[in-house]
Amino acid sequence: MKQSILSINQVFKSFGRIQVLHGVSLEVQQGAITAIVGDNGSGKSTLIKILSGNLRPDRGEIQIGGRSYHGLTIPQAMDLGIRTVYQDLALDNFKNSVENIFLGSERMRGPFLDRRAMAEEARQLLEDIHVQIPDLTQPVNHLSGGQRQGVAIARALRRPGSVLLLDEPTAAMGIQESHSTLQMLSRLRERGMTQLIISHNLHQVFALADFIYVLRSGHIIAGAATADTTIDALQDLILRRESEVEEV
Amino acid sequence: MIALKRWCSRQSTSLLLLVVCLAMMVFLSIQTQSFFSLKNVVNILEANSYRLLLACGMMCIISSGAIDLSVGSILSFSAICTAMALKGGLSVGLSIPLALALGGIMGAINGLLIHFTRINAFIITLATAFLYRGLSLIATQGIPITKLPQGFRSFGCGDLFGMESGVTMALLVIVLLTPLFYHMRWGTYVTSLGGNPEALKRSGVPIGRYRVSVFVLMGVLSALAGIIVTARLNSAEANAGLNMEMDAICAVIMGGTALHGGRGNLPGTVIAVFLMGLIRNGLTILSVSSYYQQFITGAMLLCAVVIAEFRERKSRIG
Repeated sequence: MKQSILSINQVFKSFGRIQVLHGVSLEVQQGAITAIVGDNGSGKSTLIKILSGNLRPDRGEIQIGGRSYHGLTIPQAMDLGIRTVYQDLALDNFKNSVENIFLGSERMRGPFLDRRAMAEEARQLLEDIHVQIPDLTQPVNHLSGGQRQGVAIARALRRPGSVLLLDEPTAAMGIQESHSTLQMLSRLRERGMTQLIISHNLHQVFALADFIYVLRSGHIIAGAATADTTIDALQDLILRRESEVEEV
Repeated sequence: MIALKRWCSRQSTSLLLLVVCLAMMVFLSIQTQSFFSLKNVVNILEANSYRLLLACGMMCIISSGAIDLSVGSILSFSAICTAMALKGGLSVGLSIPLALALGGIMGAINGLLIHFTRINAFIITLATAFLYRGLSLIATQGIPITKLPQGFRSFGCGDLFGMESGVTMALLVIVLLTPLFYHMRWGTYVTSLGGNPEALKRSGVPIGRYRVSVFVLMGVLSALAGIIVTARLNSAEANAGLNMEMDAICAVIMGGTALHGGRGNLPGTVIAVFLMGLIRNGLTILSVSSYYQQFITGAMLLCAVVIAEFRERKSRIG
């Protein structure tokens, strides 16, 4: 059994009268890929936003690095080694790949930006994760979906971190690009990178994850090692009527 | 060769404006002998020094995805406060920092209101434009404050290196703003505010600090412009700076700064201010009515906006 690196205990979140998360608890094991699957509106993205410091939970705690937190801010989550690749990728389309990778953590030479060092490091980073961008000086809106995803992942990996959160990493991608992104995540696991992936694509999740949680209407209704379950069983849990679901 | 091609492509707006400037200069030199003299070039620079300051600040504001319609009102109110302080016996050495600080505070109010209320900058600065202008009118009761001390006039429009000190100040601001905007974190974050503020926030950057700082810079530059205008006229009045923000916005858009923010063009802005000054000067020398100046400026702005919008759409599709 691998050691838990991040855990969430009884996290609640509501927006006005709408209760989005109802006491969600889960654990992320070190060096493994943990996936959260669920239908649209199940609360997956809200959970990622809480972990990355974009939202504060109403109740509950997040345990990371041996300490408990009732909520995180973005800089705090970053300091704790939580790196996030958002579904919309959060890229500045006017800026090039290098500028996006280093946004918020630029390499400086005195008070000035060290563009040469940043370009060199960005090239190395992208090479490490097998992302090919021939011209790093092009604005990122000229890149393909897969290349943009690569830039977002390279930005997340630039600073040493303990957990990589990925919100729908292959959403709005073609088959080829999805395949290369999944390969990239697989290679990151081989290098020991802990990942928490949110997806509604069960086939991709089964190909990649070591452990899967099912989130439904803000409740974790199941959690199992990938080897101990099947796609059909999870699909059944996701689609089953509310009254038929027993919390696991 | 590829690097040169890329540079030309990036600077295409500035180069185009430069060509238009040169063409105008050649045309005006042929039309009138008095145009092509050092004195006239210095005249154009002197008459546009405060416009340069305002346009530089506005370039930063528009790059950050905002707009500031209160520039002329800040200029007027800070100048009036300075003039009142001077008349009240405050020394020139203290009244000038006071004016700059006041400009900075008014800019900070704009920035803080926009950041915390999340209301569009257009609406907030439109409201503060009326507010600051109203304060100017209340403070002066509409009566200009004239006969300012010689020391103040020397600072604002005295002779420095053979031209008015306002020109030197504008050049100094351009020299300082170039590394700040293009080679330092501040410029990167300011343009990202226009490009994708959410990306900047999620990168752990305190976006409020940068949003407010752009408006503070605009306020300080407006106050500096106010000092130059007041010193040149030897009078501070509530209606000073009226519509000056429009000239600044016009120059910034013509200069190639992205309409919705995300990218700024300082050289283009500087050349656009000079081009607009050239048109004003040329038409005056040719004894053309000032009504045509407004018409030509409007037509140029319309062309620049249409070209910029199509370019941006093309770049988004690309």
